[in-house]
Amino acid sequence: MSLYELENVHHSYNGRAVLNIEKMVIERGEILALVGPSGAGKSTLLRLLNFLEPQTGGRLVFDQIPVSGELPLKVRRRVITVFQRPVLLKRSVVANMRYGLDLRGEKINEKALTQWLDRLGLTQLANQAATKLSAGEAQRVALARALLVQPDVLLLDEPTANLDPYNVGLIEEIVREENTARGTTIVLVTHNVFQARRLAHRTGLILNGVLVEMGPTETFFTTPHREETGAFVRGELVY
Amino acid sequence: MNIFIEALVNAFHLLIALDPVLWEIVGLTLQVTGGALLIAIAVGIPVGAGLGLSRRIPVAGCLVPLIYTGMGLPPVVVGLFVYLFLSNQGPLGDLRWLFTPAAMVVAQTIVALPLVIGLTLTAVQSVDPMLPLQVRAIGATRWQLAWTILSEARAGLFAAIVAAFGSIISEVGAVMLVGGNIDGETRVLTTAIVLETRKGNFSLALALGMLLLALAFLANFALYRLQNQRVPK
Repeated sequence: MSLYELENVHHSYNGRAVLNIEKMVIERGEILALVGPSGAGKSTLLRLLNFLEPQTGGRLVFDQIPVSGELPLKVRRRVITVFQRPVLLKRSVVANMRYGLDLRGEKINEKALTQWLDRLGLTQLANQAATKLSAGEAQRVALARALLVQPDVLLLDEPTANLDPYNVGLIEEIVREENTARGTTIVLVTHNVFQARRLAHRTGLILNGVLVEMGPTETFFTTPHREETGAFVRGELVY
Repeated sequence: MNIFIEALVNAFHLLIALDPVLWEIVGLTLQVTGGALLIAIAVGIPVGAGLGLSRRIPVAGCLVPLIYTGMGLPPVVVGLFVYLFLSNQGPLGDLRWLFTPAAMVVAQTIVALPLVIGLTLTAVQSVDPMLPLQVRAIGATRWQLAWTILSEARAGLFAAIVAAFGSIISEVGAVMLVGGNIDGETRVLTTAIVLETRKGNFSLALALGMLLLALAFLANFALYRLQNQRVPK
């Protein structure tokens, strides 16, 4: 059964339309990559999927629950976003990592914390002020903060934008594992078509707020149905 | 120079002699200033945070400049208004608060409140604008979000408290007008300094001034320590 269903979902800011999704389905347990140029509406779509703002119009259903107004906290907390430019709290790295659990009144599993610190190369920084971290380190802390909560849905907005190739590989490996081991549904917004191809089960192209094409990743990249998709994949799309 | 040395010696003697009159003055100073500060914090931080957090500030363009103007309110003018309100012919005359510590607390609260509101508002607005969205994305409730923002703005909040404390512990105009500087009733350090200066008792006035400064330093030191202790690890 689908996890998200969107029908004629449109969104606008101050009367300016930024998103218009005619039909879109996100399957439970899949990795879906959304590609497209800057300002295409991908991040706006993530905000709707995280229930951070109500859509201007249309029907958005999450796990058979129509999304309108404030959702119950329990439902809302099943979804977490890791942003392109994560804002960390003026606390230590560890305090930032356990923040999501603190909000839920849950105790941190020290073993899991140590493992994540080690895996993400943050052990030496554990007690440092998070505000002094580099952009790449901050992004890793934000990812750990989200993963420690073990959400059902992980929304990733350019999660490797600030990382070096080694860490890009590491994050991709973690994302893949999270999906395989826990069945976490992952929606990945990226400019990097190669990353989408490496990670995603399905890929969609968003242009000017419209979902142009979405399908299995291999088909999307090798035999796209739409001309714009082919042009985007080949890096020929002018926008 | 001699007068300063004499003042220092005087202050030291006053302290070690445990002069009950002096301690009464210090006690009342702390009571009035502390009471006013607590009320200003209890009202000012929620109001300032609410204004800072709300996207549409009510009566926008008018309320905030009004608060900022209030931050520079001359204490003597505040004292005059409170005096008129609490005098026998005033609307609150029946309370019989004039020339009591209660009136002094009211006046100092009015002096401190705009400072606490204005600086809290600025502190909250200086928090990264993306923080609320990202904190909600992690699953915070409205209260958890508000608490997190206040915690992030804590340096500014402490600055608001310190500024308010500094402005009211050192003010003399308002407490003099509404308190009357009555010996054993409403005499605080600042009004005692004025009195001793007028009497030509400069070394005692200076000694009291040094006590006032020491008190202000101790309070600020305590606040500073508290601020640094509250940083979550």
